[in-house]
Amino acid sequence: MTETSASPAITRTIDARGSYCPGPLMELIRAIRESQVGDILAVYSSDKGSKTDIPKWVEKAGHRLISVEAREGYDEIVIEKVR
Amino acid sequence: MKRIVILGGGVGGTLAANLLVKKLAKRIDRGDVSIAVVDQTGTHVYQPGFMYIAMGGEQAENLERPERSLLDDRVQLVVGEVDRVDEAARSVALKDGTVLIYDQLVLATGSRIVPEAIEHFDQEAHHFYTAEAARKLRLALDAFTGGRIVIGIAGMPYKCPPAPLEVAFLIESELRERNLRDRSELHFCSPIGRAFTIESVSEMATPILAEKGIELHTFFNVEAIDPARKVVLSLEGEELGYDLLILVPPHKGQQFLMDSGLAPAPGGWLPTDRNTLLVGGRPNVYALGDATDLPLSKAGSTAHFEAPVVAERVAAAIRGREPSGKHADYEGKVMCFFEIGDGKGTLLQFDYAHPPKPPKPGRIWHLGKIVFNKTYWHTVPKGRV
Repeated sequence: MTETSASPAITRTIDARGSYCPGPLMELIRAIRESQVGDILAVYSSDKGSKTDIPKWVEKAGHRLISVEAREGYDEIVIEKVR
Repeated sequence: MKRIVILGGGVGGTLAANLLVKKLAKRIDRGDVSIAVVDQTGTHVYQPGFMYIAMGGEQAENLERPERSLLDDRVQLVVGEVDRVDEAARSVALKDGTVLIYDQLVLATGSRIVPEAIEHFDQEAHHFYTAEAARKLRLALDAFTGGRIVIGIAGMPYKCPPAPLEVAFLIESELRERNLRDRSELHFCSPIGRAFTIESVSEMATPILAEKGIELHTFFNVEAIDPARKVVLSLEGEELGYDLLILVPPHKGQQFLMDSGLAPAPGGWLPTDRNTLLVGGRPNVYALGDATDLPLSKAGSTAHFEAPVVAERVAAAIRGREPSGKHADYEGKVMCFFEIGDGKGTLLQFDYAHPPKPPKPGRIWHLGKIVFNKTYWHTVPKGRV
């Protein structure tokens, strides 16, 4: 889990709650394709695999993981599009 | 008169129609109920056979039958392309001007491939999602004398999730048989962090990929194809050179579902209740098969197991009672055979609560798939299995 002291403004929220693996990752990938470098994206996922799968993908794809937070019944994963 | 309109004459639509006749025969004979199936071409195509045109000597003409021949005589077949569904008027308009009124609507409209979503796909990439594309892939394999084969998935979700792995395994076997294996490299690209979406199947397939010397590339989401350099590029920043490129094309739901406000853009998948198969909370609109947004295989098998639930629910609504019995709710059942190569296969059988536990690959499951494919016309659409 990582956290920054000053939370950046979210550019776009992807509410993938209720969607199952690989749905949340695929929805994030679609959003990344439509976003600009520097955009901050938050993914809400109730699929337990997302909090490991999405950070692994973010690392592979060269983006920046800002935070992974457990919320009520779901995880919020925040990333920055870097390239 | 209660009117049931079923859009789509594939596995799901045809089976649902025939099962509804069995449930409502007396009412149909009295003229109290009518069932119409709307199909774009009037030809029923057994799509799982396409892979065997590329890999197993199958012929396109064996994979088609007139839809009329598969439907009970009491089902009206309307051949035409749907333009729009008007929910307020409870009507379906076809492009030829025909208008059908419904009380119960079943959307069995499948999925469609959109290779044009990726530039140069048509010129550079082979696939096996139409009979013609599969035939071209067969010709390309016949002409292949060694080199680098890249097999990947250019969009999720897509039809028949095991198919790209099956093709990788079958091509690897074929190359060994043709003494081309030591002159060839095989690469398999998965958009996610493992070889297959379902973890237990991935755990089964990953060692087989390794054993067969097929290199696995995870998190490879196809972004572009560069025909000049013969490379496929991923969103993640990787590129892979190819001599023969085989990609599952991107898939979407039908455009008219988006135009009619039934399914959201850009995917066009119908928001479907996982148990009742009702669409978006509507009381009289059902979806099954590839058309849904359910987290299940887009495969004939899924439609096959969903159709009895749709039939039970629609029949119950017509009779004014609650759905009952073993088909009152859909529990996510899917069953399909999975080719491993060298005349062997395994079986994927699962539901929402039970992930698949594929048995040890063996000849019986490969033969099971061949027999199922050959006997399909006499069994599945008519509700005999």
